[in-house]
Amino acid sequence: MLLLSYLERRKSTDPNTKGYFEKNGKALGTFFICAVGFWMILLIILPYLYMVIESFHPKLPMKQRGGPTDLVTLDQYKSFFIEPSSGDWNTTHFWAFFYTIIVSISVTFFNFAICYPVAFYLAQSGKKMNVRFLMLALVVPYWVNEILRAFSLRLLLTSKGVINQVLLAMGLIDSPIDFLGLNIGLYVGLSYAYLLIMMFPLYNAIESLDKYQIEAAYDLGAPRWKIHRDIVIPYSKPGIASGCTMVFMLCAGSLAAPQFLGGPSTLWFTSIVYDFFFQSFNWPRGAAYAFLLLSACVAFVMITLRIFKVSLGESIK
Amino acid sequence: MNASVQLEDLSVRFGDFTAVSNVNLNIDGGEFFSFLGPSGCGKTTVLRTISGFLAPSTGRVTISGTDMVGIGPNNRPTALIFQNLALFPLMTVSENIAYGLRIQGFSLTERTKKADELLELVALNGMGTKLISELSGGQKQRVAIARALAVQPKVLLLDEPLSALDLKLRQHMRTELRAIQQQVGITFIYITHDQGEALTMSDRIAVMSDGVVLQVGDGRAIYDNPTSAFVASFVGENNAFSGRVTRIDGNLAQIETSTGNLVGRNPKGLSIGDKAILFVRPENLNFGQTLGNVEFEAKFNSAAFEGNATHIHLMGAHGGEITVTLSRSDDFNVPAKGTSLKLSYQPALGLILADGALASD
Amino acid sequence: MNSHIISRAMIGFYILIFLTYLFGPLILMGVTAFNTPSYPQAFPFEGFTLEWFVKLWNHRAMMTGLKNSFVIGVGVVFISVPVGLAAAVIMSQISAKLRGIYYLVAVSPLLTPGVIIGISTVIFWKDMMGMSVFTKTTFYKGTILTILGQSSFVSAYCLLIISARLQRFDKALEEAALDLGASFSQVFWHILVPFLRPALFSAGIIAFLMSFENYNTTTFSILADKTLVTVLAGEARQGTTPALSALAVVIIGTSILGAVFFEIYKRREQKVKNQEAA
Repeated sequence: MLLLSYLERRKSTDPNTKGYFEKNGKALGTFFICAVGFWMILLIILPYLYMVIESFHPKLPMKQRGGPTDLVTLDQYKSFFIEPSSGDWNTTHFWAFFYTIIVSISVTFFNFAICYPVAFYLAQSGKKMNVRFLMLALVVPYWVNEILRAFSLRLLLTSKGVINQVLLAMGLIDSPIDFLGLNIGLYVGLSYAYLLIMMFPLYNAIESLDKYQIEAAYDLGAPRWKIHRDIVIPYSKPGIASGCTMVFMLCAGSLAAPQFLGGPSTLWFTSIVYDFFFQSFNWPRGAAYAFLLLSACVAFVMITLRIFKVSLGESIK
Repeated sequence: MNASVQLEDLSVRFGDFTAVSNVNLNIDGGEFFSFLGPSGCGKTTVLRTISGFLAPSTGRVTISGTDMVGIGPNNRPTALIFQNLALFPLMTVSENIAYGLRIQGFSLTERTKKADELLELVALNGMGTKLISELSGGQKQRVAIARALAVQPKVLLLDEPLSALDLKLRQHMRTELRAIQQQVGITFIYITHDQGEALTMSDRIAVMSDGVVLQVGDGRAIYDNPTSAFVASFVGENNAFSGRVTRIDGNLAQIETSTGNLVGRNPKGLSIGDKAILFVRPENLNFGQTLGNVEFEAKFNSAAFEGNATHIHLMGAHGGEITVTLSRSDDFNVPAKGTSLKLSYQPALGLILADGALASD
Repeated sequence: MNSHIISRAMIGFYILIFLTYLFGPLILMGVTAFNTPSYPQAFPFEGFTLEWFVKLWNHRAMMTGLKNSFVIGVGVVFISVPVGLAAAVIMSQISAKLRGIYYLVAVSPLLTPGVIIGISTVIFWKDMMGMSVFTKTTFYKGTILTILGQSSFVSAYCLLIISARLQRFDKALEEAALDLGASFSQVFWHILVPFLRPALFSAGIIAFLMSFENYNTTTFSILADKTLVTVLAGEARQGTTPALSALAVVIIGTSILGAVFFEIYKRREQKVKNQEAA
């Protein structure tokens, strides 16, 4: 970056583009560059690079690393498609990957659908006191750690959990429903976990919409649903995009919910990555899978931004 | 202690745009010097170049003979009063004023004492502990001045400091600023687009337009003897008649305009056939006829009463507006709109200058 | 208008259900914290007890985890807030062309799933620190790695918070200070930092909170150590005990108390301001 700023300065003939050090003084200037350099290079860029590089390595015991057998290989990525030990198509992991993506997308939609009315009410119609109280009420659950939240859901949903107890008592069912095994626990858990992440961007976006536009449309005879379709939603696109991308990414990368709320047969891609690291200690393969996950997320983000015709800068809020 | 400021061949360019070109000025120590011109004429750029926030593209700025090249704003013997004052919102009045002294390393007691002295100078005694947000516009103005004076600059630069104040306050501050300057004795360089301010406060004025200094002189010189059409039309009100020079008679000349043949002084020595504009101030026009005066006709449009004067607006044969200013003591009966009236002026009070852009263009 | 009232009622009802969805599980869990059975249970309520809170207090691993979480949190704040500040200042000074890329890199940790940040942190620093025995033994620890890993995205948040405030800074104040003779570092400390103080403060608090409750990244980078959250996760995975519910009650209780105090404080400040203005 030093080089870049130096080059920039050389390019302009205007004596008024001050050099970087001139502007900030030597001590501070150096500190700033060091801090940001440290952060960007050591904490962001290099770790990513290393992870990607790692994914191209074969799995080797400690001694052989860096030695002659440590060659660049696409094996780890191939293993995603073809199970190395059996040579068959790796349907489990494949399936897990798509399952994860599809569930994440569904949860995103679901959260959007149920958050929208509340966000709208909060932003447009609520009275001041109500809004503040409601906001507080919405935020409090999120001070509880996500694990505890998942835990509390589990209490509700296990065979001995409260919901089953109530249903049994009311005579609606004969034997407990295995919510967790059916993955319903997982879905509810994911949705529950990221509800507010969808709420706040939506709220912010809708809040800045001028109330009078809605009233004007209403006055001109538009039915309520049309007002939403034609005015509110297009206006809040950045907020919607922001909420959707965040929820999707948090879902796809979620560890807590599948760990605690998934049934024994639940296959969550991120849990698989976790296992590669902590159970089979196959770091390269874990890295490769992680990279696939990352690509999926980035792809999703790009697609969403494209669909909503929103730029990256606008959606970060 | 004050310093003189010299601008030698000063030009400031931003990329392709030339904000200031070839300014050559000598400002004396202890002088109240103003740059007068419309928005965008480059006066702010000149000020910022003198104070060190901008560097000249060509030419140089010297203060008391010392070239200021490479010296930053924090090391120049200048202090700048910003247009929006830029008072530090998180500090009290006293802390604001004493900030420059804090940089210089004075102790707290010394600083507070100096701040109190300055508060007295600007008539804000006892307000040291107040926050900036609690002050009125005029009071903030004075804190800004005190803060600048605290560092004992040799040159004080003021960037349209009165533009945000209301009329009465502005007029009051004009006299106050002048008084402070004479009391403290340092060089004031003042920029404004309000010619009333420039005329009442300054020892000398430089009129600028489009980055060029058109004329430098004291108030009278600028007002009575403008050297270009722009200056004539920018400073004060002026009626303009364009035409061609048809006769020359000593230091007078006659130009032929659509309103008629008009006579005026010819200080620039224009020749026959030159395109020229004749200027007559509204206060120098009279109704009716007087022997020896230049006469012409115009159609009455409206009359505006402004307290101590009445402005009569007429339409001239050249299609342009003509304004006559009468003082309270003059009689004037308002006729019907469109009535043709006779106007006249003393020939020496008309001024012929080369054709050029007017301030209103 | 009848339809208006009906739609208002419907919205109210919907919000009620929404809140129940949000709070229900937590309230239930709160109840189990006080209930005697060793398996968390709300109905039937067999007996009121505080034993789970006592067990919580005596849980050694959890206390260690708590201490670690705290240390890590502080470490993250000390890295992320200055980095965020530096990043914000630089971002305000670079040209528009550079700014796009800069912003992208800066914000990328926010877009990355936490697991990936955790993984990449471990992989990278294992190699870096493994370069010498000294660095390996002193630095290759869960706490340090976690501080580094979390800082990558917490700094991004700090950057955004501080930047938002920085944009509202009046450049003329900087120039005025310079004009009065201040050096650049004096301008920074006397003028800019006091202005940014509210943003620095909230950035610090948010940094700490984010670090404290982080799971996805921490779980990878913490290696052999633990934080409160990872202990929690371990416990929850093994089996359920009302001690966890007790913890939840403690957390919720503290947060609500904190919120109430904050409200009171703000109301009091507002009253003082109103009095002054009058």
